[in-house]
Amino acid sequence: MTVSPQEVSEQRQKKEIRDRWFLSAPALILIVSASVGPLVIVLLYSFLAPGNYGDVKWEFSTEGWFNVLFSRDIFDDTVSLADAHFLIFWRSVKLAFATTVFCLIFGFPTAYFIATRAPHNRSLWLFLITIPFWTNMLIRTFAIQEVIRSEGIINTLLLKIGLISAPIQMMFTDFAIMLGMTYVFLPLMVLPLYASLEKLDFRLIEAGYDLYASRFGVLWRIVIPLVKPGIIAGSILVFVPALSSYVVPRVLGGGKNLMVGNLIELQFGQGRNWPLGAALSVTLVIIVLFAMLYYVRNASKSGGSAHG
Amino acid sequence: MAKSFSIKRQPGFATIAMFCFFLLYLPIATLVVYSFNSGMSIATWEGFSLRWFESAWNNQQVVEASWRSLQIAAVAAVIATACATLAAIATTRTGPYRGLTFKYSVINMPLLVPEIVTAVALLILFSRVKVWTGYSGLGYLIVAHAAFCVPFAYMPIRARLESMDLSLEKAAADLYASSFQTFRYVTLPLLWPGILAGLMLAFVISLDDVVITEFVKSGGQDTLPTYMLGQLRRVVTPEMNAISTVFLVLSLAIVTLFFFLSRTPQKDNE
Repeated sequence: MTVSPQEVSEQRQKKEIRDRWFLSAPALILIVSASVGPLVIVLLYSFLAPGNYGDVKWEFSTEGWFNVLFSRDIFDDTVSLADAHFLIFWRSVKLAFATTVFCLIFGFPTAYFIATRAPHNRSLWLFLITIPFWTNMLIRTFAIQEVIRSEGIINTLLLKIGLISAPIQMMFTDFAIMLGMTYVFLPLMVLPLYASLEKLDFRLIEAGYDLYASRFGVLWRIVIPLVKPGIIAGSILVFVPALSSYVVPRVLGGGKNLMVGNLIELQFGQGRNWPLGAALSVTLVIIVLFAMLYYVRNASKSGGSAHG
Repeated sequence: MAKSFSIKRQPGFATIAMFCFFLLYLPIATLVVYSFNSGMSIATWEGFSLRWFESAWNNQQVVEASWRSLQIAAVAAVIATACATLAAIATTRTGPYRGLTFKYSVINMPLLVPEIVTAVALLILFSRVKVWTGYSGLGYLIVAHAAFCVPFAYMPIRARLESMDLSLEKAAADLYASSFQTFRYVTLPLLWPGILAGLMLAFVISLDDVVITEFVKSGGQDTLPTYMLGQLRRVVTPEMNAISTVFLVLSLAIVTLFFFLSRTPQKDNE
């Protein structure tokens, strides 16, 4: 019996692929069982009935999903739109969007500045951006809180100068949440922007100036279109965690200014309505998925046009 | 010519960038400075003192929470890095094969799912498992942390592997080294800086986690971040600043080390 060399190499290839599955198994099992897999349970729970003391009753119910959109009056059973939920979702989207815009306004010039430094200086500047990124988010939120609270630095300073007579209430407002999120997520905007800007071909800019473009014209019609993938990537990286932010609104927003993350937590804590919490979680994932989809479609489109 | 024309300059950009760097560091700097305040206030300076560090050190809850944080981070980082190393070897230096994209997406999935949703999912899952097994130790937190640390550990290891070609491993195989020997004496020593970088990244990420820990922990299992989150609701003394400062210094040390470790591949190529 003869075995052709082709068969031998095919068998070897099969064995290699099997080995590679074997090697990646621990990571895949760990992630599927303790990170991604449980999401299926959330979906399942969103279709169950709430238990009396938290948890669920094992019977099919669409009450959880119903409660996302509508609220039933406990006295006369009338149904109305769940204004509170819409309001919180809408506020979350608004705040996340505003955060993204502010991160872009501050992050773009910063990334551009770093990308136009001498190559050996760039990693130092980049390092300065990454340090806050790796320090605890809670500590950074706490730091912002110290700056803006009534007895904080800004108010103490303004009072001393005599510019104001009573401290400005900045804590527990939407402004505080937005400021906190911009501060916390800014590095997530700068890093992908820098990655795009670093690859920018400055001969194109030179060509633009040769053709009598203004500084703004060059920025608007050459630089920004070329780094569009970076802008989209950075925006998604900021928008998604900002939308599902939990720590910042909890600390800076107080109890009143909720975002989706806090609303979800409420259902698993005081609210004791796990199916509603699960349904809200699934809704959040769906919004995030749409944002991602938008990113993937646009990234591939603008990637193609950049070469064309 | 009056003034040289730089094509790279954009008016105001450098100013905004400097402003940005200033704003990034101002709150952190304030936080650190006031941890040395001798008074009760976190905004009025009353003189230098180490009393808040001392008071944090003597606070049983803080010490216990810190110790718990370090334990969880250490074990979770080792597990995550071991898994990520194997996965990185399995997914680099190969032609595309069936399932490769699947592996990439699963490994990166924890980065895409909102943390609050993962936290809720784990709360549901673990509350069931707790009833079934009766076990309610730190194991749940460790498993949860290890899982979301995998993609972070994976990144530097994969980057390191991709900068290594297969020639040395092929040479080892030509010299009749078994595949284990090749891994142990050739791949592993070359990969070591990447593995260390991954380990440190995973450690910092686990140490920083608030949301998932807050949902998964049982009673009396506060880590330092969840302890701090609970305290922020009350009147805050500079003790919080002192704890934060120590935490910051620790993270900073690890990140600096990481920075230098992940720079090594570039030097090797030169």
